[in-house]
Amino acid sequence: MPLLDVRNLVTEFHTGTGVVRALDRVSFSLERGRVLGIVGESGSGKSVTAFSLMNLLDAPGRVAAGEIVFDGEDLRAASEKRWRALRGDRMAMVFQDPMMSLNPVLRIGDQLAETVAIHHKLGKAAIHERVLGALRRVGIAAPLERMRAYPHELSGGMRQRVAIANAIINGPDLIIADEPTTALDVTIQAQILYEMKQLVRNSGTALVWITHDIGVVKDLADDLCVMYAGSVIEYGPVAEVIASPRHPYTRGLIDSLPNGGARGQRLYAIPGSTPPLLALPAGCAFSPRCSRAAARCDSRPPPWQEAGREFRCFYPLERP
Amino acid sequence: MTLHTPLIEPVRLAPPETPWRVLARKFARRRTGMVAAAFLLLLVLLALAAPVIAPQNPYDLGQVWIMDNELPPLSTDLAGERRFLLGTDGAGRDMASAILYGLRISLGIGMASALAALMVGIVVGLTAAYHGGRIDALLMRIVDVQLSLPTILVALVLLAVLGQGVDKTLMALVLVQWATFARNVRGAAMVERNKDYIEAAMGQGLPAWRIMLRHVLPNCFAPLIVTTTNQMASAITLEATMSFLGIGLPQTEPSLGLLISNGFDYILSHQYWISVFPGVALVLLVVSISVVGDQLRVVLNPKLDA
Amino acid sequence: MVEMLARRALQSVVVVLVMSVLAFVGINLVGDPVYLLVPPDAPQAEIERATRQLGLDLPVHQQYGRFLANAVQGDLGDSFVFNRPAVALILERMPATLELAVMALLLSAAIGIPFGMWAGMHPGSRVQKVAMGLSILGVSVPVFWLGLILIMLFSVALGWLPSGGRGPTTSLLGVQVSFLGWDGIQFMLLPALTLALHNIALVMRITEASTREVAGQEYVRFARAKGVGPLRLIWRHIAPNVMIPVVTVLGLEFAHLIAFSLVTETIFAWPGMGKLIIDSLLQLDRPVVVAYLMVVLLLYVLINFVVDVLYLILDPRLRARSA
Repeated sequence: MPLLDVRNLVTEFHTGTGVVRALDRVSFSLERGRVLGIVGESGSGKSVTAFSLMNLLDAPGRVAAGEIVFDGEDLRAASEKRWRALRGDRMAMVFQDPMMSLNPVLRIGDQLAETVAIHHKLGKAAIHERVLGALRRVGIAAPLERMRAYPHELSGGMRQRVAIANAIINGPDLIIADEPTTALDVTIQAQILYEMKQLVRNSGTALVWITHDIGVVKDLADDLCVMYAGSVIEYGPVAEVIASPRHPYTRGLIDSLPNGGARGQRLYAIPGSTPPLLALPAGCAFSPRCSRAAARCDSRPPPWQEAGREFRCFYPLERP
Repeated sequence: MTLHTPLIEPVRLAPPETPWRVLARKFARRRTGMVAAAFLLLLVLLALAAPVIAPQNPYDLGQVWIMDNELPPLSTDLAGERRFLLGTDGAGRDMASAILYGLRISLGIGMASALAALMVGIVVGLTAAYHGGRIDALLMRIVDVQLSLPTILVALVLLAVLGQGVDKTLMALVLVQWATFARNVRGAAMVERNKDYIEAAMGQGLPAWRIMLRHVLPNCFAPLIVTTTNQMASAITLEATMSFLGIGLPQTEPSLGLLISNGFDYILSHQYWISVFPGVALVLLVVSISVVGDQLRVVLNPKLDA
Repeated sequence: MVEMLARRALQSVVVVLVMSVLAFVGINLVGDPVYLLVPPDAPQAEIERATRQLGLDLPVHQQYGRFLANAVQGDLGDSFVFNRPAVALILERMPATLELAVMALLLSAAIGIPFGMWAGMHPGSRVQKVAMGLSILGVSVPVFWLGLILIMLFSVALGWLPSGGRGPTTSLLGVQVSFLGWDGIQFMLLPALTLALHNIALVMRITEASTREVAGQEYVRFARAKGVGPLRLIWRHIAPNVMIPVVTVLGLEFAHLIAFSLVTETIFAWPGMGKLIIDSLLQLDRPVVVAYLMVVLLLYVLINFVVDVLYLILDPRLRARSA
C-alpha cells in the first residue's frame, strides 16, 4: 500500500471574477522512502498541490473533490484537529523562501523546539537534545550557538537548512518540499540537494520535491510527475521519462535544459506562454503551443497508461 | 497525423484609459464611497447656496429678534409666522440658517487652507525631490521637526502670535498643514524622479521646472488626492477646535465650531439644540470627507482592503 | 546601537533648541510685553523701570541668552497673572493631565488592540466592516463635540457621572492623584473617554492593518504547517509581530494625548496644564505659555526617544542593522 495516494484531486479558487480550477483531477502515488519530483512552470499548480496535500490553502481556495489517502487514512475526512496532529509530525513541509517562512522575532532554537513540543510531551532537556540533533543532521556547524540566533542573522543557505531541520525533527513519514532551493545560490543549491538526498536515503522518509527546474530533480527523484495548467500531463519513473518523454511538453522542457555539448547554439524555448487559468482552452491546455496539435486536440485528452507510464496526449511522441 | 500550425488569435485591446478615468471607474463601484461623495456634494451645494436658501440671515441684525431666543426646534415665532426648524439660539437667531452659514465658513476655510497648503507642499516637495542631496536633507529635516510637534500647539501659538481674524486663521492653518503635503509630494516625486523617462527628459535638456511640473507631478497625484481629502477633514476639525476654544475666527463670521462653543453653556439647562445641531452638521461634514478619502485610498491601493 | 541612540538624542536636543528659539521669539518679541505689567498711560519712568526689570532693554541675543540660562535652571519667569514661577504652576498641574492621558492610553490599548486584531484576522466579516466604519467615525468626530455629547448623555440626561471638575485627590508618593478610588475615578471617566476616542479608533485601524499583514505572512503558514494551533498561533507568532508598529504608535500617541488634553480639560473644567494654557493665552500671560510649551515639548521629545528605544527592543532585526 503506498504511503500517499492522491486520486483525482480538484482544487478550486472562488474569486470575484470566476471559479479557477487550479488542480484538475491530479493523481499520483508515493511509496515509503521514495522520492517523487513534481515539475512545472509557474502557474502549473505545483505549489497548490503542496498546500492542498497539507490542507493549508488560503481562502478563497479549497479542495473541491478527490481523495488524499495517507498511510491508509482518508485525509479529506479528517478534522482540523487531526490535521494539526499530523502536520509537523507525520508529514512536514519545507517552503520556498526561508527568509519569509521563519518568524523574524523568534530565535531559531525556540522555533525548532516548538515543533517538537507541540507534538510530544518531553522535558526541556530532551527537546534541547532533539533540536541539536536536527541541526547537526542538516550540517549546521556550532549548533549550540546557532540555536540562539535570529533568522536574519543567518545566510540563505543556513536558513533553509534550519527549515529542513524543522521538517525532519519529528521523523516524519513524508516531507513535501516546495521549491526549496529556488531562492538559493546555485552552489548552495547543489549542496542542499545532495544533503537532502542523503537524509532521505538514510531515514527512509518519502519526499515530494516540487520544482520548475527539471534539471534539479532528475538526479534526486525516483518518479517524475510533470504538470501543466493544473493537470498531470506525464508521470512515470524518472529515468524513463527523461530518456523517452511521451508528451511534447515534457520533450520541450528537457530540450530547454542547457546542454554542455552544444556550444554556441541558441537555447531552445517552448514558444508561447502558459494560459491564464481563468481562460483555459476547451481542449488540451497545451495545444496552442504544440507543434503536433490537430483537430482532435480540441477535446481533452484522457490519461493514457502504457507500461508503467501515464500521459495525456492524443499524439504522443514515439517510443524509441 | 497532420502537422497543424498553432493558431494565435489577435487580441482586441480596449482603448487606453487615462489614470483619472480608471480611478473614477473603480471608485464608482464602491457603494460606500459613492454615498459619501454624494452626501458631500449635497453639503457643498448647501453651503454655496446658503445666502439664497437660508430662511434668515442670522448676522443681519434687522432680521433677528431677541424675543425669539432659546426656542426649541419646530417652534413658531411670537407673531405666529415663521417656523424655526431647528430652534433658535440665545440671541434669537434661527439655528438652521446659522448652520448653513457656518457650514459655508467651515467648508470654505477647510478647503482653502488645504489647497493653499497643498501648493506650498508641492513647491517644497518637488524642490527637495529634484535637487536631492543637501537641499533635500535640509528641507526634510525642517519638515520632520514641524511634524514632530503637536498640530494643536503649533496652531495655538501661531494664533496667539498673529491674533484673530479670518486671514490669520487661514495662515495658521496653512502653516500647520504644509509639512504633511511636502513630505508626501517629496516621497512620490522621489520615486518618479528616479525612473528612466525622467532621465530621458533631463537628457533632452528640458528645464527643471518643466520636468517637475509636467512629468513628475501628474504621476504623484494619486496619493496626493487621498492626502488632500484627509487634510481637509483635519483642517476643518482643527479650525472648529480653535473656534471652540475662542481663538481664531472672529464672532462676526462664526464657523460651526464657534456655534458649538456658543451653545455649550446651554447644554446643562437642557437646551441642547443650540450646540448639538451645529455639531451634527460638523460631524457629517468631516465624516463624509473622511469616508471619501478612505475609499479613494482603498481604490488606489487594493492590497490594503480584503 | 549606542551610536544610533546617541544620534537620536542629539536630534532631540536640536529640536528642543529650535522650539525654544521659536517660543522665545513668538512670545517675547512680538508686541511689547512691558504693557502687560504697566498700563500704557503710566509715566515714562515707570515704563523704563519695568522695561529694565524685565530685561527688555537688552539686545535680543542677550535676552535669549538670559532666557536660556534661566531655563536650564528651571526658571522660565514668573507668571504675570499669578506672580509665581511659571514652571511651578505647570508642574503643579501636570499630575492631573498625566492622569487623564495615562487613563486614555490604557483605554485605547484595552479596546483598540483586541478589536483591531479580531478584525484583522477576519477580513471581510461583518464585525470587521462595522469596526472599521466606527473607527472612521472615531477619527473624524471632533473631540470637543464628543465631550459635549457625553456630558449631555451621561450627566444631564442620565445623571450617572459628574459633568466637570476633578474628584477628591489623595497623595501618592508626594503627588496628588485622583484615581485611587471610585470617588476620584468617576470624575475621570468622561474626560478620559473623550480624550481616548480618537486614539481608540486610530489604534484599532493600525492594529487591524498590522494584523492583516502579519496574518498573510509566510511564517504564519509555516507555523500552521508544523501543527501550531490557533491560540498559540495568535499568542506566539502573530501578536509579537503585530505589536511592533502598534506599540510605537501608542507611544507617539501618548505625547499627542498630553497635547490634546487641553481641549478636553476646557470642556470638563479639569484642572490640568491644558486649561492653564488656554487661560494664559487669552490673558496674554506669556511666561506661563512659554513654560508650558517648553515642558510639553520636553515631554514630547522624551517620549519619542523612549519609543525609539522600545522599537529597538521589540524588533531584533533593527538591533542587528544598527549594530
